[in-house]
Amino acid sequence: MTAAITAHSVVEPSSASKRVAGAIVIVYALVSMIPLFWIFATGWKTPPDSISYPPKLVFAPSLEGYCNLFTTRTRQTPEYILGLGPPQTICDRITRQRDMVIAGPSNYAPRFINSLIIAFGSTFCAVVLGVLAAYGFSRFKVPLKDDLLFFILSTRMMPPIAVAIPIYLMYRQLGLSDTAMGMILLYTAVNVSLAVWLLKGFIDEIPKEYEEAAMIDGYTRLHAFFKVVLPQAATGIAATAIFCLIFAWNEYAFAVLLTSGAAQTAPPFIPTIIGEGGMDWPAVGAGTTLFLIPILVFTVLLRKHLLRGITFGAVRK
Amino acid sequence: MAEIRVENLKKAFGDFVAVKESSFTIPDGSFFCLLGPSGCGKTTTLRMIAGLELPTSGKIFLGGEDVAFKRASERDIAFVFQLFALYPHMNVRRNIGFPLLCQGVPGAEIRKRVEETAKLLRIDHLLDKSVSGLAGGDRQRVALGRAIVRRPLAFLMDEPLGTLDTEFRDLMCEELRQLHNRISATTVYVTHDQLEAMSMADHIAVMNHGVVEQLASPRDIYDRPATVFVASFIGSPAMNLLTVNSRIAKGAKAIDLQGAPIAIPEAREDAPGEKLTLGVRPEHVRFSDSSPFRGEVFGTEYLGTTQIVTVATAQGHLKARLPSQIAVRTGETVGLTLAGERLSLFDAASGRAIRTALYEERPHV
Repeated sequence: MTAAITAHSVVEPSSASKRVAGAIVIVYALVSMIPLFWIFATGWKTPPDSISYPPKLVFAPSLEGYCNLFTTRTRQTPEYILGLGPPQTICDRITRQRDMVIAGPSNYAPRFINSLIIAFGSTFCAVVLGVLAAYGFSRFKVPLKDDLLFFILSTRMMPPIAVAIPIYLMYRQLGLSDTAMGMILLYTAVNVSLAVWLLKGFIDEIPKEYEEAAMIDGYTRLHAFFKVVLPQAATGIAATAIFCLIFAWNEYAFAVLLTSGAAQTAPPFIPTIIGEGGMDWPAVGAGTTLFLIPILVFTVLLRKHLLRGITFGAVRK
Repeated sequence: MAEIRVENLKKAFGDFVAVKESSFTIPDGSFFCLLGPSGCGKTTTLRMIAGLELPTSGKIFLGGEDVAFKRASERDIAFVFQLFALYPHMNVRRNIGFPLLCQGVPGAEIRKRVEETAKLLRIDHLLDKSVSGLAGGDRQRVALGRAIVRRPLAFLMDEPLGTLDTEFRDLMCEELRQLHNRISATTVYVTHDQLEAMSMADHIAVMNHGVVEQLASPRDIYDRPATVFVASFIGSPAMNLLTVNSRIAKGAKAIDLQGAPIAIPEAREDAPGEKLTLGVRPEHVRFSDSSPFRGEVFGTEYLGTTQIVTVATAQGHLKARLPSQIAVRTGETVGLTLAGERLSLFDAASGRAIRTALYEERPHV
């Protein structure tokens, strides 16, 4: 009896090992999604459910967390509440069940808008500066090019928060504390080194013959840059923008230190949501859930570019 | 269409001189090849003509106007790149029309000229395809289309067939030459492939170490190499170069090789040095039992209709191109005769050809 000889590739993984690898990835993804799921679920719980022990996996969903997130409330006597007439909204009704009335909007919406302005603003600035600098480094003879590039990279060799105190003092002197401009400037400064390095890699891969062809065809270098280089660097720009945005959107330490009012972003605001008798966990869960949406949308919109971006250079085109 | 004249063109990158004081004229409507090994300065010369590099010094006249220090966009030329440089985010039609768009030609006119050009190159069926899906030859045609569509004063091509496989390359060689015959635009073509240059060019400039070693028709370059470098670079296998310790004076009709007189074309000048290099093409070597110039067969390469036989002689190895019917055994001693009227002689010290009757025949232009 001879063993059956089957043709198999030595470079392609076998189907069994593919299945095992797939299973590991799925399990890992599920495990890492537990906190996300927990936050999402907490947003739909009532405050008593959110702190019940043992934790409730099955519960009656409630909008209370979302109502509390967007409103401030005051406690009133039941007689006063009865005298108010019928509730106008679902939130009115939910609030009154707790012997409270809505006093006004909370700061969540303005903080969220601050986050949008600062994160997208700094991402835009970092990518614009990054793409111009990267193009310059990639195409021109810049004196001390390698040293400059190393210097740019060296700004990322320590955690940004290491320079928090000098920046705090500097910002207070310059009047940049608690301003959107100040935060955009700061996040741009942190992100621009990443942007320059990432984009330089992408632009290096675009053959310079394209620009030369465009210049021979009658374009100036600037024109060629916009018409020929930028469209081809779109993948790299998208990937870079996502990385910059994620950093600026999630940044917490500087935001706590440098913003407190007008320019405060959502990350330092969300933990300050305090309900009666402790943290209002459903409101925190709701606030965090909503906070994830912009990044999710942005990443989904650009995911094709992102996937190509992070595997870029692995295989020659 | 225009004549291109290059005067004392020089290009240095720091201490490295890529092109040394070259001067040549490319006649209007001719197909001109810059041929040489990599690093010889041929591409730098072409890029200076195009305006992609600025010369260190010198002049470049394009149709009578000195353009040496003008921007590429201010010179009316078209460039075909080795990697084609087709814009990947545009389809074939927009790629071909791009130069016209840059010049502000109206849309209807662009459409008309793009379609004419595509017909000329037989790619009209591909106009609305993406360039990334095209085969090598078609990409090359699109790149050519982008060059032709603007009707420039001159075409500059930097190894445009370098990335194609052999089969396509032969086809495109033919097509390029036919295209040139049809539109007779002044073309400067850079290549390191002597077969491409020989088969297409009207004139070839052979470059080495930043210097134009010889500028002549393909036939002259082959039959009358001006320097040892040209002799050894052109031809496959290359010209045999034998060192001869013999002086010759003006009027000499033979040199002494191993004590046997070898006929040469009549020398028209005195050789400056003590040593000579005798150049003989493999096809000008014949076997002859009676010849006193002898050697031992070292090896043979069978090539179908011919064979290349390497013979070890006292002057070094000598390759002979012989009909493949002749039976040759390795190790056997053979007599060799050389076709006297086709021999080249070089001064061994300078590598320069010595003027002989062969070189003074009317050149084939």
